[in-house]
Amino acid sequence: MAELNARKITVTAKEVRLVHDASIDLASGELVVLLGPNGAGKTSLIRAMVGLETPTTGQVSICGDVMRLLNPLQRARRLSYLPQARPLAWPSKVRDVVALGRYSHGVTIGRLRGIDVKAVDRAIASCDLTELADRNTDTLSGGELARVHCARAFATEAPLFIADEPTAALDPRHQFRVMNLVRSFVDAGGGALVVLHDIQFATKFASRFVWMKAGRIVADGSPKETLTADRISSIYGVKAKVDGFHVEMEGAL
Amino acid sequence: MSDQGRLNLILVVASAAAIFAACFIGSTPLPAERVIAAFFGTGISGDQLVVWSIRLPRALSAFLVGAALGLSGAALQGLLRNPLAEPGVLGVSASASLAATFSLYYGLVALSPLILPISAIIGALAATTLLAVAAIRTRSVVTLILIGVGLSSFAGAAMSLLMNLAPNPFSLSDMINWMLGSVANRSLNDIALVLPFLIAGAATLLVTSRGLSALTLGEEAAAGVGLNLRRQRILTVLGAGITTGASVALAGAIGFVGIVAPHIVRPFVGYDPARTLVPSALLSGLILVIADIGVRVAPTTNELKLGVVAALIGAPAFAWIAMQRRTVNG
Repeated sequence: MAELNARKITVTAKEVRLVHDASIDLASGELVVLLGPNGAGKTSLIRAMVGLETPTTGQVSICGDVMRLLNPLQRARRLSYLPQARPLAWPSKVRDVVALGRYSHGVTIGRLRGIDVKAVDRAIASCDLTELADRNTDTLSGGELARVHCARAFATEAPLFIADEPTAALDPRHQFRVMNLVRSFVDAGGGALVVLHDIQFATKFASRFVWMKAGRIVADGSPKETLTADRISSIYGVKAKVDGFHVEMEGAL
Repeated sequence: MSDQGRLNLILVVASAAAIFAACFIGSTPLPAERVIAAFFGTGISGDQLVVWSIRLPRALSAFLVGAALGLSGAALQGLLRNPLAEPGVLGVSASASLAATFSLYYGLVALSPLILPISAIIGALAATTLLAVAAIRTRSVVTLILIGVGLSSFAGAAMSLLMNLAPNPFSLSDMINWMLGSVANRSLNDIALVLPFLIAGAATLLVTSRGLSALTLGEEAAAGVGLNLRRQRILTVLGAGITTGASVALAGAIGFVGIVAPHIVRPFVGYDPARTLVPSALLSGLILVIADIGVRVAPTTNELKLGVVAALIGAPAFAWIAMQRRTVNG
């Protein structure tokens, strides 16, 4: 059972408070969707949670250890992270990109040990990339690349997974495929936190919604409890009709 | 044997063959059998002197300088995630050669022979550090290369100023040697002087090469998979600076060498920046040995400077690689 706890996190950059007094937990078996408008501080909160940003105040701990005190390799073995921007510098082979997910296990590309080869193969198979494994990444479509990035993150075989807009710029089918991968990861005992913008789509996967506005977490609970028309209008400034899990956006307020 | 192992083996054999072949060429005509005898220590002492004190050191210098620049180029390309990064293009070589010239000009070299490599390395480190800091701030590689152009121009201008003020024609010709780059008249002692620095720089780059692979994912994801970004930047910059500085101390500023080899090698190593390092070093060394043979064989009244020939080959290659790039990632 893995667990990540962020307590009263404040992130400040150039005197601007990006995240204010935010507390959030992520545990195995959960699929948390982080919701909020652009500029709400979602990415800053995530970067603090994965240990790439040191909070000005507050503390992040993972399985009882203070994040700040872990070295980058220890941190990466417990938590895999898929950032929003995913530029690939070179047209590497799919298999090599996925193998980079084993970096924290000491992998050198081209000289993988048996245990790493197995983890990479599992990740490739789980993301349905077996046929593409020997292709160069510059020959893949956006949807295929999104699966490669997921496989890279899963290859770490860390108990927790955090992804910043993994479905951005994907067609509806690929959005489902990517989120199905995340759900399988959770069903297999992992814990995932994902930023999404399509609320109705998010209801199909989330076990919990965390709502953010202007750097603060304003609600944290099951989709059923927290999804209301008032919340959508107060957070996004959009008039919406909500009927159960059916959300219809009617226009900007 | 892995593909990479085979590639490296071929390059080692080819380099050794080229260095050996270079011993057959020089201003003193020597028949092949006398060169071979001298090479294996059985010829007359005059022949041995020519081979062991003039030709072999020259060929070895060309190889080491090429290897150093190829290695630095490949490492900087991995760090900056751009195939156009190279010590010459980024102004690192020019800065190193300016610092070296400076120490010659003010006679600091008289204090200790180590002053020359050390000042070249300080010049190179100043430039690489500036570039690394700029790389964190801008993220745009075009900006970075423009900064390199600025550095090169500044070093060139400062060099011209020193030439302008040169007290006598002898120091003037010395400086021209530094600017144009050459491995003529190098001795085994000259090599021994810079070798420790070359080894230290190369070791730093090779030991930290795994991080360059991770950087394929971009800095944010690389940090996510467990790379210590800060340490990687510092060590790659340090390693490339020391290696380039040492090569400049041996041969002056030779530009564009580190750009061709990584480009050729990359498809053979699956575009992995870490696996690019060793074959790039070997191939660059080989290219420079061959170029230096060309310099000596070319029927010109004044011997061509190696740096000039390297730029004549390298600069068009640079332009070609730049044109091949899709500008998607800036």
